[in-house]
Amino acid sequence: MDKGISYSRLVWSQFKRDRLAVAGLFIVLALFLAAILAPYLAPYSPTAYDLNSVLIGPCKAHLLGTDDQGRDVLSRLIYGARISLSVGFVAVSIYIAIGIIFGALAGYYGGWIDIVISRGIEVVMCFPTFFLILAILAFVGPSIYNIMIVIGLTGWTGIARLVRGEFLRIKGQDFVASAKVCGAGDMRVIFRHILPNALAPVLVSATFGVASAILAESSLSFLGFGVPPYVASWGGILSASRDFMDVAWWLTVAPGVAIFITITAYNLVGEGLRDAIDPRMK
Amino acid sequence: MFTYIFKRIGLIIPTFIGITLITFLIIQLAPGDPAAMKLQGAGPGGLKSEAMAKTVIAQTRELYGLNEPLYKQYGLWLKRLVTLDFGESFKDHRPVIDKIKETLPITLTLNIISIFIIYLISVPLGIFSALHPRSVIDKITTFALFVLYSLPSFWVASLLIVFLGGADYLNLFPIVGFVSDGASALPWYGWLGNVAWHLVLPVMCLTYGGFAFLSRLSRASVLEVIRQDYIRTARAKGLPRWKVVYKHVLRNAMIPFLTLMGTLLPALLGGSVIIEQIFSIPGMGRLSFESVLMRDYPTIMAIAAIDGVLTLVGILISDILYVVVDPRITFNKLD
Repeated sequence: MDKGISYSRLVWSQFKRDRLAVAGLFIVLALFLAAILAPYLAPYSPTAYDLNSVLIGPCKAHLLGTDDQGRDVLSRLIYGARISLSVGFVAVSIYIAIGIIFGALAGYYGGWIDIVISRGIEVVMCFPTFFLILAILAFVGPSIYNIMIVIGLTGWTGIARLVRGEFLRIKGQDFVASAKVCGAGDMRVIFRHILPNALAPVLVSATFGVASAILAESSLSFLGFGVPPYVASWGGILSASRDFMDVAWWLTVAPGVAIFITITAYNLVGEGLRDAIDPRMK
Repeated sequence: MFTYIFKRIGLIIPTFIGITLITFLIIQLAPGDPAAMKLQGAGPGGLKSEAMAKTVIAQTRELYGLNEPLYKQYGLWLKRLVTLDFGESFKDHRPVIDKIKETLPITLTLNIISIFIIYLISVPLGIFSALHPRSVIDKITTFALFVLYSLPSFWVASLLIVFLGGADYLNLFPIVGFVSDGASALPWYGWLGNVAWHLVLPVMCLTYGGFAFLSRLSRASVLEVIRQDYIRTARAKGLPRWKVVYKHVLRNAMIPFLTLMGTLLPALLGGSVIIEQIFSIPGMGRLSFESVLMRDYPTIMAIAAIDGVLTLVGILISDILYVVVDPRITFNKLD
């Protein structure tokens, strides 16, 4: 008899068949690599002024041109990847943690705990999230860390509902009952027995979540709520490009394409994962 | 049915209180004194001395009840809310309700047109794709929708402004405002045309993401239904294809759509903030951005309350539609 293959390996073998999803994964990994190796990859410093080469179009010396202060756009994009990727990663990690805790509590215990949490989820879901984020940022001050925290604090409802549903589905199954019979405490049952079985859809949702967090960050930077202007961020470059749209199209196009590619790559990975986990939807 | 609707409205109230309470707390606990902010609005040279500034701040705090304990301030605000009295804007001392009355219809027009277009395009597109799975057209639309879904709307807005609304490329559409100055002199159809002309670009930006999302969903939903046994039964008993599609597939596949309408509205209202800002449309999105920048507390509270109510109404409507479309669900069972 052959050895059974693990669930994650099964998912991976399904995932591998989806060429677009694999391409997305490669792009995501490449972006992370570029962000980490930014000082070695970027041809220029992202903040160095050069008033002799202002608003130069794409050419050999500056592959993606320069901005109004003579800074190399390609270098700024590479450094900007650090901000976008880390916001996506950290914000989503925060809300996955919150979502799992609330969803697990509501789904596992039921009763009034479930009622309170579900009501809370409903309240936060009814909130005009973007407005809330904007309001909080206006009060605590624009900064990249605040953006991470605020997106994290407002984005958890989807995950919580998902985890709650999974817990409701799983907690009645025999293996949970047998774990309890063996004397496992609530925490052990929740985290060791039920949660691992509920993680697959969370992972899918998280991947899509990273894409929308990156989008939210770039929108906020675009509105001027992100990093200060001298720090390179994709939304910030786009925002600054608005004054030069008619003379320097590359300033508008380059960061937009960077955002677009990143979001697309994450979405492709998300789709591939979802199909691998639940092949019915293909 | 009416008891259900009443019950639902009863459930809305705690949610509404939750929404306003959170907004209230965030605003109150945030650093920065609104009274001092208001003073800055007076401009330089408005106040001669430090001492005088202090008196004015104290007076302002008194006037707006900012010295009361938090729960009293919140209670006071809720009490006035019932009479639609949102107080005065800190920015220009106009009643907030007047500002809302000016801006809300604009934002609603923008968003209702957008929702309408989203559904108009996405539902047939998704159905078509699902009925012809893996055909060339299905593959092309799936890919195109995927691309559209990942395009940031503020970037698309910038590009549209450069290429369709600028002097350098095509100058087809206006890029500022909701209606031209002096358009009120036009006859009603001219005015309407002028508004429509102004709304083309913003509505494009607000809709494409939504219809990409919904089309993909409707495709998945139709595909799911098509695989059910009762569809095979319907085909097997000799019903014509169009009848199976219309009577058996669509009715079942459309159910998840209606519930989405409730969540679509807050998403659009959020998107409206940035799009209204870019296109300088004097709607509630722009008002919310400006009042957030100015820390105009009464206006922020009013907008949060109204956004919340709109969303709750959206959810209520989709709940009711749910029952209308799906005979398996009755109002009694929903509780």
